[in-house]
Amino acid sequence: MIKIAVCMKQVPAYSEGDMDEKTGLMKRSGLETITNPYDLSALEAALRIKEEANATVDVFSMGPENAEAMIKDAYAYGVDKGYLLTDSRFGGADVLVTSYTLMQGILAVNKYDLIICGKQTTDGDTSQVSPALAKWLGLPNYQGVIKLLEISNDGMEIHQDLGEFIQVLKINYPCLISVNREGFVPRMPSFKGRLESKNKSVNEMSIDNLEDGDVNHYGIKGSTTKVKKIFPPKRTQAVEAQVLEGMDGAMEILSFLRKD
Amino acid sequence: MREEKGIFVFLEYTRGKIEKVSLELIAKACELQKICNEPVYGVAIGEESKEIESQLCSLPIEKVWWYIQEGACLSELWEEAMVECIEKISPSILLLGGTPIGSGFASRIAVAMKTGVTADCTMLEFDENRNLVQTRPAFGGNIMASILTERTRPQIATVRPGIFPALTDSSGKTVVEKKTLGQKNKSPQLLAREEKEEKGGITDQEILVVAGRGVKKKEDLELLRELAHLLGGELASSRALVEKGWMSQKAQIGVSGNVVKPEVIITFGVSGTIQFMTGMKNAKKIIAVNIDKTAPILSVAHLPIVGDLYTIVPNLITLLKKE
Ligand SMILES: Cc1cc2nc3c(=O)[nH]c(=O)nc-3n(C[C@H](O)[C@H](O)[C@H](O)COP(=O)(O)OP(=O)(O)OC[C@H]3O[C@@H](n4cnc5c(N)ncnc54)[C@H](O)[C@@H]3O)c2cc1C
Ligand SMILES: Nc1ncnc2c1ncn2[C@@H]1O[C@H](COP(=O)(O)O)[C@@H](O)[C@H]1O
Repeated sequence: MIKIAVCMKQVPAYSEGDMDEKTGLMKRSGLETITNPYDLSALEAALRIKEEANATVDVFSMGPENAEAMIKDAYAYGVDKGYLLTDSRFGGADVLVTSYTLMQGILAVNKYDLIICGKQTTDGDTSQVSPALAKWLGLPNYQGVIKLLEISNDGMEIHQDLGEFIQVLKINYPCLISVNREGFVPRMPSFKGRLESKNKSVNEMSIDNLEDGDVNHYGIKGSTTKVKKIFPPKRTQAVEAQVLEGMDGAMEILSFLRKD
Repeated sequence: MREEKGIFVFLEYTRGKIEKVSLELIAKACELQKICNEPVYGVAIGEESKEIESQLCSLPIEKVWWYIQEGACLSELWEEAMVECIEKISPSILLLGGTPIGSGFASRIAVAMKTGVTADCTMLEFDENRNLVQTRPAFGGNIMASILTERTRPQIATVRPGIFPALTDSSGKTVVEKKTLGQKNKSPQLLAREEKEEKGGITDQEILVVAGRGVKKKEDLELLRELAHLLGGELASSRALVEKGWMSQKAQIGVSGNVVKPEVIITFGVSGTIQFMTGMKNAKKIIAVNIDKTAPILSVAHLPIVGDLYTIVPNLITLLKKE
């Protein structure tokens, strides 16, 4: 039995005007949320393993309480158990602390053979949580995975896209892989899965459920990086659209392309 | 505790060449050195190579540790080599390329050193206390955040290729110290390493012409493809046309397609949904043609044009053919 843990995060769906122009502060509230699209690929990878071998798939997420909805959604895809690390004291976590918290949560539940992460989140967008999580767990991590073959109870063959080359490895569990979207296009949840997910509950965990109960190791308190300021990027947005047809439009485009 | 000094740069190389991004980081480190007056060091890991040796020797920095390693590129192993160097020198800053390899182990080093890592910085400078101000786009690029790692060292940052200017000085005389890096006994087995030759996918292009649902017939795509080729680029599309079966998914831009960062992108008949824009918002120059003046794509374009693609494209082709 291969025990798999998938790390998934709920992220804000993009919306326009998500920053207060005057204060420069984010307008968090009222933002629609979605499952980080890259983590649907991580889930897809896990489900494929489950189809080929004898495996269980659990989902871990750190986030606000309403991220339950995301885990319920994951149930509809065929996930066995979902764990939500939610505690106001987790807020403001950087890479070091996010990965630490996930490690604490994972260790509190089971000894997993395989941890699967997405390539990146669309809000944190660092691609750094997964290697850090592997390090905390004392595991090797394999990034940029685009293909899984020869899945067995002890390991499998993976193809990693490392930019300039593709590396093919025979790896053993326990380990952590992070997958690219390429090769793991998410499926749709089944109707049956949707119905069944309605009755499944999400396991919530707070600091009190973790082995390390020291609040100073979590959230903003434990974080080593801090945001000093935020400001709007230089935007070209202010460019006013010109109404141009035919040759006028063509000439405008060409002169724009040819300048510098 | 000893005071941390020095700027470490991870030097990545393939096929006899140091990666462009590593040289950009060396240039940045040298620029920071002018302010903080701390030495710049490099760490390289990989196969022995004469070409690499001479390139390492001519870097304008203090010293390079070169770990000779045959076999697979493994985050765990490479992290341990870097940590060995870091513990010896105690640098204040560590810079790595935000490449698949660099970002595959930067945060492992951060955990080993119990310090922070800031990914994909677009600006690096010092504040009045000589802390490294690491600025990066946050939340999908709608805001920039300046981040400090105040209490711990080294301050680790990754930077994407092409963000900083290239290194121009190759007149240095760097000391290169070679070391060997052995595999661990439980290391995974390397089955194959395939160099990527095929260029020509849309993510490799400098120029992309993009077709959206504003294109009415499949045949009309030929016009846009001709335009793309005249400009020396390729044709890509929004998902709308992939769903119609007119374009392959390989050519799709967006969250469920490809993220592209070309020099120039020209969209025709694309509305600019978030799913699409997430895949192309980092293009250097964005030109958008859309018949509807309220289309969101027009508000991110550097050259937004309200117009009919069917009147503009044929004229653009004519002009290019005349050039
Ligand atoms: C989970 C999910 C993932 C998705 N992933 C992606 C993705 O990766 N990539 C992607 O592209 N989409 C994706 N989509 C789909 C996305 O929401 C849109 O459906 C799609 O991007 C629309 O493509 P479009 O802009 O070409 O078409 P439309 O939104 O229909 O826009 C067509 C535009 O053409 C303009 N137009 C019409 N005629 C002309 C003319 N003659 N000249 C000039 N302009 C004209 C119109 O004004 C309009 O703005 C995804 C959706 C979901 C739900
Ligand atoms: N809060 C979180 N909860 C669960 N998984 C996460 C969280 N943050 C990051 N991850 C995992 O780490 C990957 C990389 O995220 P990031 O480093 O934020 O780009 C994601 O694709 C997830 O698999």
